[in-house]
Amino acid sequence: MNAHLPVLQVILPLLGAPLCMLTRSARLNWLITIAVSWSGFVISLLLAQQVWVNGPITYNMGGWVAPWGITYHIDALNAFVLIIVTMIAALVAPYARRSIQKEIDRHRQAVFYALLLLCQAGLLGIVITGDAFNMYVFLELSSLSSYALIAMGKRRRGLTAAFQYLIMGTIGATFILIGIGLLYNLTGTLNILDLAEQLNKHHLIATGNRTLITAFAFLTVGLSLKLALFPLHLWLPNAYSYAPSVVTIFLAATATKVAVYMLLRFCFTILGHGALFQMTLGKIILLPSLCAIFIGSIVAIFQYDIKRMLAYSSIAQIGYMTLGITMATPLGLTAGILHLFNHALMKGLLFMTMGAVIYRVDSVYLSDFRGLGKRMPWTMAAFVIGGLSLMGVPLTAGFISKWYLVKSALECGWWPVAGLILIGSLLAVIYVWRVVETAYFNPDHELEQRSCEAPLSLLLPMWILVIANIYFGINSDLPLSMAARAANLLLGVGV
Amino acid sequence: MTISSLMLLCLIIPAAGAVFIVLSHRLADLREGVTLFSAAALFAVVCQLFRRPDVFDAPATTLATPLPGLELSLQLEPLGLLFAGIASLLWMITSLYTIGYMRGNQEQHQTTLYACFALALTSTMGIALSGNLLTLFVFYEMLTLSTYPLVTHKRDHDAVAGGRYYLGILVGSSIGLLLPAIIWTWHLAGTTTFHYGGLFTSAPPKAVVSILFLLYAFGIGKAALMPLHRWLPEAMVAPTPVSALLHAVAVVKAGVFCVVKVILYVFGPALLQGCSGLVIVQVVAGFTLLCASLIALRQDNLKRRLAYSTISQLSYISLSAAILAPLSIRGAVVHIAAHAVGKITLFFAAGAIYTAAHKTRVSELDGIGQRMPWTMTAFAIATLSMIGLPPTAGFLSKWFMLQGAFEANNLLVIAVLLLSTLLNASYFVPIVYAAFFKPERHISDHPHGEAPLSMVIALSATALLTIILFFWPDLVISIATRLSIGGVS
Repeated sequence: MNAHLPVLQVILPLLGAPLCMLTRSARLNWLITIAVSWSGFVISLLLAQQVWVNGPITYNMGGWVAPWGITYHIDALNAFVLIIVTMIAALVAPYARRSIQKEIDRHRQAVFYALLLLCQAGLLGIVITGDAFNMYVFLELSSLSSYALIAMGKRRRGLTAAFQYLIMGTIGATFILIGIGLLYNLTGTLNILDLAEQLNKHHLIATGNRTLITAFAFLTVGLSLKLALFPLHLWLPNAYSYAPSVVTIFLAATATKVAVYMLLRFCFTILGHGALFQMTLGKIILLPSLCAIFIGSIVAIFQYDIKRMLAYSSIAQIGYMTLGITMATPLGLTAGILHLFNHALMKGLLFMTMGAVIYRVDSVYLSDFRGLGKRMPWTMAAFVIGGLSLMGVPLTAGFISKWYLVKSALECGWWPVAGLILIGSLLAVIYVWRVVETAYFNPDHELEQRSCEAPLSLLLPMWILVIANIYFGINSDLPLSMAARAANLLLGVGV
Repeated sequence: MTISSLMLLCLIIPAAGAVFIVLSHRLADLREGVTLFSAAALFAVVCQLFRRPDVFDAPATTLATPLPGLELSLQLEPLGLLFAGIASLLWMITSLYTIGYMRGNQEQHQTTLYACFALALTSTMGIALSGNLLTLFVFYEMLTLSTYPLVTHKRDHDAVAGGRYYLGILVGSSIGLLLPAIIWTWHLAGTTTFHYGGLFTSAPPKAVVSILFLLYAFGIGKAALMPLHRWLPEAMVAPTPVSALLHAVAVVKAGVFCVVKVILYVFGPALLQGCSGLVIVQVVAGFTLLCASLIALRQDNLKRRLAYSTISQLSYISLSAAILAPLSIRGAVVHIAAHAVGKITLFFAAGAIYTAAHKTRVSELDGIGQRMPWTMTAFAIATLSMIGLPPTAGFLSKWFMLQGAFEANNLLVIAVLLLSTLLNASYFVPIVYAAFFKPERHISDHPHGEAPLSMVIALSATALLTIILFFWPDLVISIATRLSIGGVS
């Protein structure tokens, strides 16, 4: 049983999806989703534990040995990302039922659950697989299902948002495919570890082979589209703000993280521990990252749709992650990878509060937050804590990320960057506080004053994330040591 | 009980108090009983700490380890003990005052106010007891956040606007300047644990020391050096008890406490001496000192006048500490205590006047001394302390500061101190004169007497403290002397 955990991680949600289509009862579907998501979470923890104790796991699909067959390869990095994805999925599953009842037509709920599980399977597949082409297949699986999920939003603009994402996402996926194709052309293999070895053996990295650089360029642009790096982020605000709440939570906390994971895999594992990356792309990505932090945060300040505001904030936060990656030092990568985790915690939490507000108030315009501090005390308290984490206030998870980013910037001698990181978090203060002020200090007398707190099934996952945000701010040992190990692995130093 | 459990109690008592205050929100008497009880318990614990001879030798108590190699830890040193003593003593007196004020003015949201007050005291205790820079920063931010609901207590437009200034300047300066300074210190020294005489094992270059010191001096926005002083007058929209305890004692004193602590325990006077950053801070503090006094002259709103006076008085402390001479460090430390008791009396008086007479402006105070003799006598005593005249605590601290300036042979500072004494007198004495010797201008329809008894007791007590500190200053001076050994002249 333990030996087959890697494949179970992907197979369970993949089988859960058709099961959802077969049993049309919404309640049963929900139970299936919960069962699948929670067992996925347990599996990912078991896998991480195995990796932690025994080192990387390789699982050959159908017994075909690498490099001929498809292998699943799990090391410190993807064990960590698996935990992020499954943890969010496990928290979203119980949250989904009430939220979906409100936002999705009854006859489409089965499709919704099926798509959610498919998307989950796709994301987990991307992370777990050790085969570049297989990665692309899973990428398409998760992308196609997420287009459909976004289109299910209640407002009709969800359709255009999904279409926009479809176009941009397909371009990105095509670029990635071209990149993988070129790599295959060069080396004749698709297995990631084998790719790295072949490139190394033929000295393709050291000599700066042109095909390799082209492949690399295609991959980076494609992945930047998928992870919404500025200025390729245009699909994201619409997709996040018009998708159903559950989809926004799930995608915001996981999809971009998985794309960042792919970037790490290609740039570091395949390309000789980031040697080529440091020569070329490291410096190219720096500027978009800084722009993302600034422009994302500033645009967020001027949004009146709070879900959209959080979407722009996500763009800024992605900038922090790629910024950590561009430093390409153990500390910088640790900071970037750690921020994958911490951002999943805080954005998951913040979008969950948005879902609760939509559930009760039906809208997330700034003006609709008036008086919510009184009417939905628990939800708004959760929002405040998530916001504090986003600002990077001490004793929250966000503080740890900020601390490490600034520390690693100082270590690289990038003084101005360290300053810019902190100014970025001050911008977060502004956009978070707009909402807090409206919620607590603008009692709207025309609206009814009675309490309308969200139901327990929405509050519970939300508050689990609140506790996580605080816990990992006080004791960051666990994610930090995993991130540090992953960073060392990527850079090939002292594992 | 061990020192470490006493220190933990200092954090737990007000925090638990906050929880019980929220739980007892339906029963006003119980809620206020809880407030008084936790204040008294906290003071008792701090007194215990004062009585322990081995208090400074105890090893650090670790609360948590958020980052590997960086702990949240508590450790006492003389300055922190003094600050904890002042804050806990005055919290007790303020609680008494607050009850009278809140009932007298029938304020809304009282539970939130009492609970946030207790949380603010937890943060203040944390700042006082912090054993390293990270802990200091954590509690510093907690203090800002827990006092924000107090500043915006009225929840109207003015309160929200004032709250924006408050949060914007304090959080902005701390995240934008203080946090990088701390991370940089950690990067350079490999530690953030406070150590008397400086935590740097090998001295960084002078230029780095200068920049770092400037980052600290301006990053600690609570010390209200110009141009980061605007939050203090804006915070005066808060109810008077809040202004009294937080903006005369806890918050602003946390600011200057941090400045003094950074000078003594992060850099050490020996390292700072002669670096250009120090000179800049001295100049800015001197400028703030005079400029804030000049602005105070023109304020008609009593609380705003007090606020600008506070800005000026805080700069006394920053300036003296930055002179680095042993006597001026002693003066700075004594002034932390002296200004706290004096300024809280003035705010108490302002609140009493507001409660009894509904007057907020200086120009309305003619002849009020006859109606409120206790309040205005206390006000007059505190005024003496602000100006620096005997028999009040302010005289002592000013004496040391001047002596320190002579010791350092810094004529400019002497001139600034003397000039500001003149300014202090010119914006406080007219108030006292008008209150006692001018006839009442408008005879109001509702003749009023003193404010509620609990308020009068509180403000008489703090006025008395101002005098007691003059006659029996041994405790404060012994602590200050301990701290000033490392000074350089």
